[in-house]
This record gives sequence, C-alpha cells and structure tokens, in this order.
Amino acid sequence: MLWKEAVQLRRDRFTLAMMLGIPAMQLILFGYAIRTEVRHLPTVVLDESHTPESRALVSVLRNTGNFDITEWVSSRAELADRIEGGKASAGLVIPRDYMRDIKRGRTASAQMIVDAADPMASSAAMSGAARAGAARAAILSGADSRRSTPLEVRVRPWYNPGMRDAVYIVPGIIGVLLSLTMVLITSIAIVRERERGTLEQLIVTPIDKTSLILGKIVPFLIIGFVQMSVILVLGWLLFDIPVRGSLALLYVMGFAFIVANLGLGLLMSTLVRSQLQAMQLGFLFLLPNILLSGFMFPRSAMPAPAQWLGSALPLTYFLDVLRGVLLKGVGLDHLWQEGLILTLFAIALVTLSVIRFSKTIE
Amino acid sequence: MTAVSGRTDAVLVQGLRKVFGSRVAVEKLDLTIHTGEVLGLLGPNGSGKTTTIRMLCGLMTPTAGSATVVGHDVIAHPEQVRRRIGYMSQRFGLYDDLTVAENMRFYASVYGLRGEVRRRRIAEQLNELGLVERAGQLAGTMSGGWKQRLALACATAHHPAMLFLDEPTAGVDPASRRLLWQWIYGLARQGTTILVTTHYMDEAERCERLAFLSRGHLIAVGTVGEVLTQFAQPTIEDVFIELQRRDEGAVV
Repeated sequence: MLWKEAVQLRRDRFTLAMMLGIPAMQLILFGYAIRTEVRHLPTVVLDESHTPESRALVSVLRNTGNFDITEWVSSRAELADRIEGGKASAGLVIPRDYMRDIKRGRTASAQMIVDAADPMASSAAMSGAARAGAARAAILSGADSRRSTPLEVRVRPWYNPGMRDAVYIVPGIIGVLLSLTMVLITSIAIVRERERGTLEQLIVTPIDKTSLILGKIVPFLIIGFVQMSVILVLGWLLFDIPVRGSLALLYVMGFAFIVANLGLGLLMSTLVRSQLQAMQLGFLFLLPNILLSGFMFPRSAMPAPAQWLGSALPLTYFLDVLRGVLLKGVGLDHLWQEGLILTLFAIALVTLSVIRFSKTIE
Repeated sequence: MTAVSGRTDAVLVQGLRKVFGSRVAVEKLDLTIHTGEVLGLLGPNGSGKTTTIRMLCGLMTPTAGSATVVGHDVIAHPEQVRRRIGYMSQRFGLYDDLTVAENMRFYASVYGLRGEVRRRRIAEQLNELGLVERAGQLAGTMSGGWKQRLALACATAHHPAMLFLDEPTAGVDPASRRLLWQWIYGLARQGTTILVTTHYMDEAERCERLAFLSRGHLIAVGTVGEVLTQFAQPTIEDVFIELQRRDEGAVV
C-alpha cells in the first residue's frame, strides 16, 4: 500500500510540485515579505506652525522609523485628499499656535490623522506617534518634572474610529472570497468537462471559442454578484459595516474584478489536467492574495519585490476600491486608476484565455 | 465534396502522421472514403483508429500530412469541417445532469438550429430513435444502449454530410446494437458518409469497405470480398486474427 502510494505520487508530478511549492512559497512570503512591525508608512505633514519646534517634532517622528515623510501639504483639504486617495497612511497636523503654546507652558497639541481602514498600518502609526510625542516632550521638559507635559500628539483614526477589527476585515473578505471562488469555480468547470469527456464532444462542434468562454463566464459573473451582495448585507447586519460611498461604483468596479478573476480561472484551466490540480493551483493562488494584496499586511511595509508581486494581483486594486467606497466614502476621482487597472486585467485575462484555449484535446 | 474539390470523395487523406512524444501513433496514412459509403476502420487496441478519427475531426493536429474532409482542409479550416460532420466518441460525451431533451436542445443550438426548426428536428429525432418516452429522463441515469441512441441523435442533429463513429456499439446489448446499425444504414441511404470503428466482426462485415490499421500503418483496404480474397481467409475475424499474428510476428 505504502509502495503503491509512493509510486503514484512520483508519477503525479503536479501534486508533488505543489506539495513542495506551497510550503516553500509560504516560507518565503512569511519570511521575507511579511513585516508585522510596520515601518515606512507614507506620511504627509501639514505644518501650519513653521517653527523650529514643529520641524523638530517632524524629525523625531521620522526617526522612529515608522514614518516616511512623502509630502508637505499646505491645507487640510490636501491632507484629506492624500489619505482618501490612499497615497498616505497618516497625516501629521501641527497647528499655528504650536510653538507659542509650548513657550507659554501650555500643553501644545499636534494631531496625527491615521487611515484606520488599514489595521496594522494604523496601529503602527498610533504607537509611533505616541512614542515621538513622548520623546520630544521629555527633551523639552528636561529635568523640570513639575511642569505639565509640554506637548501631546493626539491620534485620530479616520474611517474606523472604534478601531473595530470587523470594519477592515469584512471589506477585505469580500475581495478574497470573490477572488478564490471565481478562480476555482471557472477552472474546475472547464476541467470537469474535460475529465468527463463532454468537452471532446463539445469542441468537435462548430461552437466558437468566444461563445464557449462567454458561456462559461456569464453565469459565474451573476454568482459573483450574488456572493458580493450577501457578504455586504451580512457585514452590514452583523458587523455594522458602513457603505459611505456609492454602491453603484462598487458594483461597476466589482464587475471588472469578477471578470478578471474568471478570466484567470479560465487561463488556469488550460494549464491543469484534473479537478484536483485545479484546486491545488487555486490555493497556490490564494496565498499571495492573502499575504501580498494588503488584505492583512500593509503593502507599504513590504520589500520592493513583494510589492511588485502584489501589484500583479487584481485583488490589490479591488481592496483599495472596497475600503475606499465602503469605509472612506470616496468616489471615482480617487478610484479611477484602480478601475482602469481592473478593467485592463479583465480584458487581458479573458483575451489571453480565449487565445490559449484550444479546440483540440492534446 | 463535389463543390470544392471536384471529387466525389468525402475524405482524402495523404501521408497523415501523428507522433506523441517518442511514440508514433499513425504513420504515412493514405486513405480515401467515397461519398455515401460506410467504411469500417478495424484494428487492435492502440493501432491508431481513435487518433485517426480525432485528426479527421480536427480534434488533434496531425504531425505531418494532409486531410480533406467533406471538401475542406482539416488543418486549415477545421471549423468548416466541424459544421458538416457529426462525431460520436468512444466515451459518452453528453451531459449526465441534463435530460435527454435538454441535451438534444443544446446540441441542436450549438449546430445552429433555432426556434421552430430546432423544435421540429428534436421531435423528429425523438421519434426516430424511440426516445420520446425518455425525453425527460436525466441522461446519466440511462443504460449504455440508450445513451448511444441519444449520442447519435445529438451528433446528427444538423444532418451532417459525414459521420464519425468511434466504437458506437461498445458495451451495448445485441438488440440496441442491431437498432443502432439500422439507423447507421438509414443515414447512409440518405447519402451520409460514415466512418465507423468496431471490434465486432459481424458489424465489420456489414461495411461496404474495410480499412485495417496495425501499429499506425494502413495494411489493407477493400470490400469484404476483396479483403477475404487478399488474405485467403474464410471470415473477416480470421483476417483480423491473421493480421494481428503477422504483426506480432514481425516484432519477434
């Protein structure tokens, strides 16, 4: 029995490769790409004080290593725009009378606005801001312990003021589940026809490749929309997930995302021979989606190669759309790029699968 | 086909070859099938019958050689060929989870039949093949003989000029076999060219001409009488066994 299994396993190169490939990939991703300690958060600064003291606070903040100052903005509107658009994860506001307050012995107050739609990034931003504030305060008050604390950095978690886990997990879950089920459902649908012999009978007919592939995509597209709606409704009922932006926009973007994943599933079906292989490939695909898309770990904290890999995943862009529409309430002006990229993914993947799909049984 | 090639040959094969990795499945095959004839393709398992049929249907690309089927080049214009042929694979290739009528409806649509034309054609075929009472039955729940009737119906929904039948009667009871052959002859009388493979020698003897394949080579073609004379054997079964014996002898 053992001997038979060993022989069969050796013949099944694909399963063997998967069994070795999945742990190797996991190890590499977790080892190199994933940083639970989040550093280098893109941060914008609004310095209304323009004083040595305000610049000192910024430099202390930078020295924590948690923040990369990417831009100096000149208004609150600009700052809000960067965070809404996802260009920055945090924004420091130093008010006009910051220096004056310190001089007069009052507690000066700077504000750290944090994009709490991204959980790990926001907690890193909060702890970093608190540390920076305390460090600067200690220098200023010096040995004088009688004095009230000279400054504080107040944290404002935007979009998720209660810092509830469900608020950022549920939108991400929509994307991850859609991606996994759409890819699996299509690749299995084609491979099952091949296994049962119905594909041979079908491709000997004059049916053209485009109708064959569209015929496979359209029913699953509807299933995808139903699935998305169910999670949205459950998220709203059970976890109070808000819908701050336009649902119509979310569904339009969802259309492109679902089609992209269906196209990917079709493409995978041309690479595998059995339903089991299709499942294995599907799970292999799931891994980078969970780890590199920004679903659990912020992409800004990842090394460059992991970020490149993440930018090849449709989910990365759809996550921005989900969090943007549901939590931030932003519109097409901030999300058009994501929409464009998702559309390109959809067109490219479906076209590629039509080209690769061959009406032969070799 | 007369329209394109100016011949009355449904199939014209020249130097057809198919190689899988290091294994040669079909080698230097030359074969002509006349329009309207029933040609039996015989040979032991693995002799290249299925590969030949698959190449003629455009399901596999030949490694070398050319094949014209119903007037169209299979390699250059497979879709033209597919429109005018019907094909029944060895394995039941219809949907187990669709009913008889649903399978027929689907295949009629795939072959371009619409609306009233399709409805009438399905009714006609249900009648001809005795499937009326089973129209609502799931295909997967039927026995072998009934499945083959359904497969024949689906493969001929569009009145193909040529029909490829790969072991249509394997695993079918004698009564159903006889019925299937009645339909096959019915189609031939209407002018359909038929290429059929079989392991039943009584079926082989009913074909107008026979072609014997062995290890991918065509080793004999002719009418039943011609083949019997050529090999000086009393029956086709004896010819078959004799050919197989020679073939195996050639290796030793």
